[in-house]
Amino acid sequence: MTKNRIPLGPFHPLLEEAEYFELQIEGETVVDLDMEIGWMHRGHEYISEQKNFTQSIYLVERICGICSTSHPIACVRAIEDIDNLEIPIRAKYIRSLVGELERIHSHLLWLGLAGHFIGYDTVWMWAWKYRETVLEMMEIISGNRNHYGMMRVGGVGKDVKPKDIPDLLDKLDMIDEKMEMIAKVANDDPVLKARLKGVGVLSHEQAINYCATGPTSRASGVPGDVRRDDPHDAYGMLDFDVITAENGDVYDKLVVRVLEILESSKIIRQCLDKLSEVEGPILNNVEEISPGEGIGRYEAPRGEVFHYIRSDGSNRPVRHKVRAPSYVNIPTYEASCKGISVSDALITLASVDPCYCCTERSLKIRSDSEEKPDLLELSKQKTERIRREYNGN
Amino acid sequence: MSWYNKRLAKSLWVFHVSASPCNNCDIEILDLLTPKYDIERFGIKLVGSIRHADVMLVSGIVNQKIEPRIKRLYSQAPKPIFVVAIGSCMSSQGVFRESYNRCKEVKEVVPVDMWIPGCPPKPEAMIEGVAKLIGVLNE
Ligand code: SF4
Repeated sequence: MTKNRIPLGPFHPLLEEAEYFELQIEGETVVDLDMEIGWMHRGHEYISEQKNFTQSIYLVERICGICSTSHPIACVRAIEDIDNLEIPIRAKYIRSLVGELERIHSHLLWLGLAGHFIGYDTVWMWAWKYRETVLEMMEIISGNRNHYGMMRVGGVGKDVKPKDIPDLLDKLDMIDEKMEMIAKVANDDPVLKARLKGVGVLSHEQAINYCATGPTSRASGVPGDVRRDDPHDAYGMLDFDVITAENGDVYDKLVVRVLEILESSKIIRQCLDKLSEVEGPILNNVEEISPGEGIGRYEAPRGEVFHYIRSDGSNRPVRHKVRAPSYVNIPTYEASCKGISVSDALITLASVDPCYCCTERSLKIRSDSEEKPDLLELSKQKTERIRREYNGN
Repeated sequence: MSWYNKRLAKSLWVFHVSASPCNNCDIEILDLLTPKYDIERFGIKLVGSIRHADVMLVSGIVNQKIEPRIKRLYSQAPKPIFVVAIGSCMSSQGVFRESYNRCKEVKEVVPVDMWIPGCPPKPEAMIEGVAKLIGVLNE
């Protein structure tokens, strides 16, 4: 049979971000897939190296508008890791609280978009209606709907006022009730099952081989979760489960996310409980960052986000490296997209909740001539040089 | 063209272009369509192709890779098309001013009719902006 190509993007009606896919099809079956990214590259790492530590926290917040807590948490943890700084206990609970609220909002956002992708706009409208409640909670806590600006080196920037807690709990009750409803809907809705079951399967071995993280791997039965495996902030003191599923299809990814929302709300309740008891400061004064390296990990809604920062003792990072979860989740398309029909391709592409804004951290520019090395080669040489200098010191 | 604009203002069809933003402006734009803000009550609808659109919403800094695409989209659009630039990234390039990958200010790439600043602008701000646009078209 002849092979045909279907281009998708960069401005496709269903894709929020600009990205380009090329599906190779035989009849109705997808046999191969190619993608081109780089439309969203803004050079964060470079900009961050021009700013001081406090400014770079605000900058990494703007890597992605959906994970605008995950990146700052990973970033401040990387900076704190350089000096092994401890943060006040109240700040720990606030960090976890904001992080979990973000997880709920991100999963609801995905749920809505997934509904939209399979032409089921009711799911979209409902999920996003409840997402508004989460944004309101965020507005109560941080003063902004998105881009919260809560994280600081040595703590958090804003306290949760005791008088707001009953209000927050009320809103959380409402979310819980609606999420249980959505979990039930996912369980009996024939449309969702017909459209999502057995579609875009990522098997257990494939999830391990591709190093998938987050809900993508947990839906295939790989129970990795940074919150449990490397407990930081308040996560070591909280009680929660890591949700996993068996089949690795799109339906399981949906179920994992819906159940994770319920887990997150459990965590938020515990945090709010503790916040009404624990007193104390929320921010330690940090005067200087000594020379050294630090890493920070955080379980973002999409998986593990990783930041690496090197300091030379001045007030700005000399090197800042960001690795977002979508970086490892996006290659799983190769396994999950082959052999499915074209109409299922888009929901499979969306099922890992890819975030291209987070992923596009580096740019490779090839040089045409033989004599001049290309940019990647220059970059490798630079890394080598820095490593030599750094080890020499 | 005022008779034409008046008819357009009854139901503006919107196409959304993300020119390397941080996603937040885009999400807030989609948020406008959902039940809380429900911008469809003004007759506004998001469409899938620029060839059906009356308004082009752009967000983000225009980076070097996306610049020719934006120009191409603008040239494909049926005229008159109103370009609304959403977010601080658009109006001042925000935190990305020092980036090596930004190219020009958006107004040098396509003619912009309206700016809605904010990082991200609140949905209320966007609704106000749209209402103003409808007001101007009705004059
Ligand atoms: S203005 Fe702010 S929210 Fe909008 S794209 Fe730019 S950084 Fe993101």
